[in-house]
This record gives sequence, structure tokens and C-alpha cells, in this order.
Amino acid sequence: MTTSELVPPPVKKAGPALESLTARGRQGRLRNVTRTWRGRVLRIAVPVGLIVLWQLSSVLGWADEFTLPPPSRIIAAYQELWANGDIQAALPISLKRAGTGLAIGVSLGLVLGLFAGLWKIGEEIFDAPLQMLRTIPFIAVVPLFITWFGIGETPKLVLIAAATIFPMYLNTYHGVRGVDKKLIESGQTFGLRGWRLAARVILPTALPAALTGLRYAAGVSLLALVLAEQINAREGIGYLVNNANQNQRPDIVIAGILIYALLGIVVDVLMRVAEHFALPWRPRVAIG
Amino acid sequence: MSPSAETVVDARGVRRVFDRAVLDGVDLQLKQGDFVALLGPSGTGKTTLLRILAGLDAADDGQVLVPRKRSVVFQEPRLIPARRVWRNVVLGSRNPRRDRKKAVTALTEVGLAAKSDAWPLTLSGGEAQRVALARALVTEPGLLLLDEPFAALDALTRIKMHDLVAELIQRHNPAVLLVTHDVDEAILLSDRILILADGSIDVDVAVDFEKPRRRSDPRFIELRTHLLERLGVS
Ligand SMILES: Nc1ncnc2c1ncn2[C@@H]1O[C@H](COP(=O)(O)OP(=O)(O)OP(=O)(O)O)[C@@H](O)[C@H]1O
Ligand SMILES: [Mg+2]
Repeated sequence: MTTSELVPPPVKKAGPALESLTARGRQGRLRNVTRTWRGRVLRIAVPVGLIVLWQLSSVLGWADEFTLPPPSRIIAAYQELWANGDIQAALPISLKRAGTGLAIGVSLGLVLGLFAGLWKIGEEIFDAPLQMLRTIPFIAVVPLFITWFGIGETPKLVLIAAATIFPMYLNTYHGVRGVDKKLIESGQTFGLRGWRLAARVILPTALPAALTGLRYAAGVSLLALVLAEQINAREGIGYLVNNANQNQRPDIVIAGILIYALLGIVVDVLMRVAEHFALPWRPRVAIG
Repeated sequence: MSPSAETVVDARGVRRVFDRAVLDGVDLQLKQGDFVALLGPSGTGKTTLLRILAGLDAADDGQVLVPRKRSVVFQEPRLIPARRVWRNVVLGSRNPRRDRKKAVTALTEVGLAAKSDAWPLTLSGGEAQRVALARALVTEPGLLLLDEPFAALDALTRIKMHDLVAELIQRHNPAVLLVTHDVDEAILLSDRILILADGSIDVDVAVDFEKPRRRSDPRFIELRTHLLERLGVS
């Protein structure tokens, strides 16, 4: 700095030590608006562009219709599936599979997580084995489940349940264990013990973690569904896909895959909405 | 000295050992309506003693007799974020819904009736601490333990809280043990000041001039000088 210490300059200039921070101003606000709109437009334009490109690829003959059927063919496939009632038959069956498996897995995970979280003895009994089992990729046990449970509905449900126990267990357990000790103490000083302490302090505070577990588990249940439906399914979306594959109908295969993807999105949105309503006390829970 | 009928806290020879004997024979008697301030350098075991009196920690040795109904206000408000403000106030109640009126009355006392349905995370620091105070008093405790309850507040809010606490305590009349680092605060609010040093109560002085006390009062200044000297600051 070269300025004299005794007589500071009346107006400080930007230099190596000072930086001038400009106010946003009119132009800046305008730029913000443009940016926002650019964001919105691009978000829609890019996917639409990709779909157009996909369609063009077959119109212009870049890709063989058989390897990659264009979007128009896939829409036609949906119409066909709808017309002969295949989707209406398959979707509820797949949803029921995923839902039943998820309900079993999540209930078990929740109960075990609460037990291990609230009671030392529960932790001592269940935590080590569950942590060990958790490391097994559920994909790897499919052949074993087939030999144990056959190829009917049971192995499918067991697989989905088994895959969803762990995210639910882990999040619940950590949620309960992670409740601030200070909050627990403040409950204790006001005479809360046992289940009252759990109901009024621990469980409500652990709920966000449990809901995160539920959201993960719901996502995993769809993953497990796809896998489970590879096991000789006779009905459901997986059956549609496998069948179409054997009949060399790639358009229906892609249509089926997209249904799985759509289910994933729907489940995620539903879970976020559920969180929003279940956790009103959390500041700014964003939907979507 | 045997505990008289109105003695509400009677602690004798309290010992608590961590890596060293943090409390090594603390004796403390409080009568109903006593307002006692506990001073002492950081790490001397004030919080440890308070936690033992609260029943949150057990002494390794000694006798502790305290009222069944006790309340604590800590430096942080420690409200349950997932429970509305009024539910926090009647946290320990057997039937919170039935006690809702009580909660609102207690919140009115601290000037927060309007926030009774709010979520704790939407409160300011001072408001949250007032809720904690309402929660501590709603049970009409025989002993109120305050562990630096004003330390996290700004200076203006702190002055208002001093007045509020003084007024509420006069109305509810529990025995109060206030842990603080602020000598002025101790002189302003309490009737008796203790200094904890080397594991036991080292200084026990009565503050016997009338309230409200002024910092400019010569007796105030004299007592402060004395206490600061005993705390090793002068
Ligand atoms: N749970 C614990 N385990 C081990 N040491 C502890 C524990 N609690 C407190 N101590 C030790 O006991 C001593 C007294 O702690 P305490 O919190 O009672 O001090 P304090 O007087 O309240 O200090 P401050 O004024 O800073 O709040 C400290 O040296 C602390 O490290
Ligand atoms: Mg302390």
C-alpha cells in the first residue's frame, strides 16, 4: 500500500487490497431473469432435442429400426399394449409385487432398526449380523433363492423384501442413535422415561432419517422388482419385456423399460410429498 | 447442622471423579426461595455439580437430597424441533392435550403466547430460551437449575431476560441455582454467591443489599472487586 497512513484518500479505489463489489442494478436483474429462463428452456429443450434426434436416426436411416426402434414405434407399442389389455394386466401385478415386498422389508427394517436403536440388547443381537448381511449384493443371491423358494411368487417377494430391509434398518437405526443426547437429557429432566421418552423425543426426532430410509427402500424395491421379474415371470411388466424379447419386439422391450423408469420417478415424487407432510417442522423442505 | 423443614437441597461431601477429582467434597444447602449463584473458572465442575443435582449424572460419593420436581435450563434451549412450542412446554406432562391451557399460560408469562403453535426452529435464540424458561417453570419445580442460561444471548436480550427471570422466580418461588460466568449477573440476581474452586465451595457470600441493585452502587462495586479477586482476576 502506498497511501499515507495519516491522510487517507477520500474515496478508496479498487486495488490489490480492495475489491469493488457492484450492486446488482437493473442490468443485473435483467440478466438474472434471462438466466432463469435460459435454465427453464434448456431443461425442456435438451430432452426434446434428444428425442427428435432419436426419431431422425431412423427416418434418416442411421440406425436400423430393429436395433433401435424410433419413439413413434414405441408410442405405437404402448397403443398396442393398451389395446389388448397387456399393460392394464401387468402393471397392477408388478406394483403389487414391489409393494408387498417393500411393505415386508420396510416393516422388518423398521422394527429391527428401532429395536437396535432404542435398546442396547437389540443392537448387540442384530447389528453385527445385519451389517454382515448388508455387504452381500442382493443380485448375487438370486440363484440361491430359486433353489430355496422355487420359481413362483415367493422368491420374488423374498428378494424384494430382502433388498429393502437394509436401507430401512440402517437409516432407522442411525436416526435413533443419532438423536442429540442433549434433547434426550432435556426429556429426562422433565420426567420422561421409557416409551414416553421414545414417543415424545426420540421417535419424532428420528423420523426424517427413517423417511430417508423409506425413500431409499422404495427405490431399491423397483430395482429388485426388475431383477425378480427376470425369474421366470408369468405375468407383470417383466413378463411383457421377456416375452417381447423372445418375440423380437424391441419396441415393446423399450416400452417396458420406460415403464420401470416412470415408476421410479413416480415413487420418488410421492416420497418427497410424503416427507413434506410428515415433517412440517423442518424449515424449507423442497418438493421435487 | 441438620436440614430444617424448609431445606430443599442438601448435598454433602459430593465427589465426582473423571480423570481427576473434579468435585471433591462439595457441601451445598438451599432453602426454599433461595437464589444462589455459582461462579468459578472454566472447567472447575460447575456443570458437573448441576448435572448431579438435576439427576442427570450420579455422584461417585456423598449424599444428595433434592426435590422430586426439578427443572433445568441449559445454555441452549434444547427444544424438541419436531414438537410445537406448546408441546415442548408440557413435554413431561402425562396428558399434554389436557395441559395445553397450562402451557399457554406459561408462555404468556414469558410473552410468547402468540408463538404457542409455532415450530421451535422458527424461533429466535432469545425466544427459544424464553420457551425453555416457560417449560422449566410450568411444573412448579422446587428446584430450578440454570446453567449459563443467558450466555448465548445478545446483551440487550440478556438484560430483558434478567428482569423476566427475577420476576418469574419471585412469583413461583423455587430454590434457584444459577451457574454463570458473569459476576455482575450473579450480584444483580442472587441472594448468595458461591465460588467453586479445586473441587469444593471456596467462597460463600451473602448479597444482602436490597433489589433492584445498581452497578454503580458502592456495595455492588465492592462485592464485585472482592469476587473478581477470589476468582483470580483483578
Ligand atoms: N463426561 C465427562 N467425562 C470426562 N471428563 C469430564 C466429563 N464431564 C466433565 N468432565 C471434566 O470435568 C471438568 C469439569 O467440567 P464442567 O463441565 O463441570 O466444568 P464447568 O465448570 O461447567 O466449566 P465451564 O465454565 O467451562 O462450563 C472438566 O475438566 C471436564 O473436562
Ligand atoms: Mg459448564
